[in-house]
Amino acid sequence: MSGFEYIVQQIVNAVSLGSLYALVAVGLSIVFGVLRLTNFAHGDVMMVGAFTTVLLNALGLPFVPAMAAGVVGAALAGFLIERIAYRPVRDAPDVTRLLTSLAVTYILENLGILLFTSSPRNFPLPAILNESWQLSGGAITFTNINLLTIALTFVSLLLLGWFITRTTTGLGMRAAAEDMPAAQLVGLDVNRLIIVAFLVASAYAGIAGVLWAAQAGVVQPQMGFTPLLKAFVAAIIGGFGSIAGALLGGYVLGALEIFIVAFLPSSVSSYRDAIVFSILIAFLLVRPGGLLKPNREIKL
Amino acid sequence: MSGDWRIPLVLLAVCVLAAAVAYGAPHVLSDYFVRIILLIALNSILVLSLSLSNGFTGVFSLGHVGFIGAGAYVSGILSIPVQQKMALLPHLPSFLHWFSLPFLPATVVAGLFTAILAVIVGYPLMRLSGYFVSVATMGFLIIVNVVLINASDFTRGARTFTGVPLETTLPWVFAWLGVTLFVLARLVYSPFGRSMKAVRDDTIAASAVGIGVLRARLIAFVIGAFFSGVGGSLYAHYLGSFSPNTFYFAMMINLIAMLVLGGMESLTGALVGVVCVSILSELLRSVERGFTFAGITVPALFGASQIVLGFVFILIMIFRPKGIMGDRELTFGLAARSARARKRREEQNA
Repeated sequence: MSGFEYIVQQIVNAVSLGSLYALVAVGLSIVFGVLRLTNFAHGDVMMVGAFTTVLLNALGLPFVPAMAAGVVGAALAGFLIERIAYRPVRDAPDVTRLLTSLAVTYILENLGILLFTSSPRNFPLPAILNESWQLSGGAITFTNINLLTIALTFVSLLLLGWFITRTTTGLGMRAAAEDMPAAQLVGLDVNRLIIVAFLVASAYAGIAGVLWAAQAGVVQPQMGFTPLLKAFVAAIIGGFGSIAGALLGGYVLGALEIFIVAFLPSSVSSYRDAIVFSILIAFLLVRPGGLLKPNREIKL
Repeated sequence: MSGDWRIPLVLLAVCVLAAAVAYGAPHVLSDYFVRIILLIALNSILVLSLSLSNGFTGVFSLGHVGFIGAGAYVSGILSIPVQQKMALLPHLPSFLHWFSLPFLPATVVAGLFTAILAVIVGYPLMRLSGYFVSVATMGFLIIVNVVLINASDFTRGARTFTGVPLETTLPWVFAWLGVTLFVLARLVYSPFGRSMKAVRDDTIAASAVGIGVLRARLIAFVIGAFFSGVGGSLYAHYLGSFSPNTFYFAMMINLIAMLVLGGMESLTGALVGVVCVSILSELLRSVERGFTFAGITVPALFGASQIVLGFVFILIMIFRPKGIMGDRELTFGLAARSARARKRREEQNA
C-alpha cells in the first residue's frame, strides 16, 4: 500500500468518525446554547434511539422505518427528560442543573440495564449496509454504513441549517440562545422554544445513536457514554453553544483521533484519549470560546 | 472556670464511643454490618475531601475520583510485599523493588503524592469556574484513567491490580476520619474558611475585598486532594485488588450523590449524606435481589436500586437543592456553647 492511499483511507475514516462526533456535538450545543445546560443525558438519549430501533426491528418492522421510529423515540425521550427533570430546575445554579443531568444519566443507564441487561446485543444491520467498496485494488476500503453516516449527517445538518435560518421557530431558538431575557421581552414563547430545542437535539442524538450502533455492530445500555464525552470535547473545541462550532469541532476531533492512531507510534497513540482531553483542558484555559468565538468573555 | 467543661467531655465521649465501636464491633456484629460501618466511615473521608472544593469553595470538581485512584495505586505499589512485587510488577523501576512500606507511611505518601498532583493540575484549572471547571476536572479524571490503563509497568494496565495487603480495619478508618474531620473543621471554620465561602458566594466581591481567589481555591483543592489520596489508599487496602475502572464515573456519581444529598456546605451534612445513601442503597439492594411477599414473588431487578437513588437525587435537586442539612452543622449545641464560653472569657479579660 502506498503512502498516498494510506492517507486517503485515513481521511475517509476521519470524515466518517467526525460526522458521528459532529451529530452528537450539534445536539449538545443546541441544548447548551438555549439553556446553558451541560446535558450529560444526551448520550443516553442516543442509547434510547438505538434500542428503540433494535426492538422494533426485532418485532418485525423493516430497518428504515425502525430507524425512523428510533429517531422519534429519542426525540420523545428528550422531551420527557426536559419536562420531568430539567424544567423544575431551570432557574437553579449551573451546578444544580449539571447534577440533575448526571442523575438523569444514572437513571437511564440503569433503566437500560434493568430492561436489557448490560451485555451487548447485536445490531441488526441490513446486509446491504455492510457491503464494502474497494478502490485502487483494495488499498482504500469503505463500507456502505460509512457512506450512509456521511450522507445522513450532511442531509440532517442541511435541514438544521434551513430550520434555524429560515423558520420563525428556528430564528426564535437562536434569539433565545443569544439572549434569553431579551427573547422573553419581545414576546417569544420561551417554553415552547426550549421544548423544540430538546426535540431537535434529541432527534439528532437518535440519528447519531443508530449510526453509532450500526458502526459498532452492537447496542448496550452504556453505549452513549464514550460518544458523549467525545462530543463534549468537540463542542468545546468548536465553541460551546454554537452549531457551526460543534460541526467544526466534530470533524477536527475525528481527524485528530484518526491521525493520532494512524501516524503516531502505538506507545503514544494508546494515550489517544488522554491527549484528546488534554486538548480539551487547554482549550478551556486558553480559548474557552472555542475555535470560532475567541473573544467570548471568561467568567472568573 | 474558663470555658465550658461540657465541650471536652462530649468530645472525649465521642472518641471513646468511636473507639468502642472500632474495636468492639467486629466481636459483636456480623461481618456484613462491620463492612457497612467501615464503608460508611471510608466513604465519609472521601466525601469530606470532596466537600472542601465542591461545597465550601464553589469549585465543582468532577475529577476527585482521579485523586482517589492515584492514591490507591501509589499506596498499593508501595505496600505490596517485596517477594510478591517482583512477580506482580516485574517492570517497576528497580528502586521500588527493594522495599515495601507499612500501611501508615504508604498512606501518607499517597496523600502527599495526590496533593502535589493537585498543585500541578489545580494551578491552571482553578482559574475556571462554573461548568468550565467541572468539565475540565472531568477531563482530568479521564486522563488519569487512561494513564492507569496504559502505564502497565506500574499498574498492570487494565488487568486487576492485586496483592495489596488487607490492612484497612475499623480503627484505622475511624482514626483517619477523625483526622479528616478535625483538619477540615479547623480549616472551614477559620478566617481562611470564611474567605473560601466568600469566593464561592460572590467571586467578584471576594476579589474586590482582597481575597486571593486562585489561592483560596487552590488550597481547598490541594487539601481535598490530600485526603482523597489518603482515602484512596484506605480503599486499596480494603479491597486488596482493583482495576482502573474501580475509580471512574460510577464511583464519582456515588460520592457526588452522597455529598449533595447531605448538604455540601456542611461537614456533618456530608456525613449525613453518606449514612443516608449507604443505608438506602443497602436496603434497596436487598429488595433488588428479589423476594417473596404475601405469596407474590418479585423477581430480581438489577439496576432498580440505582434508578430509585437517581429519582431521590432529582427530587432533592428540585425541592431541596442545598441538601438535607443545607449549611447547618450538627453540633448538638456545642458550637454555641463554645462561642458563649469564649465571649465570657473575653469579658473577664477585659
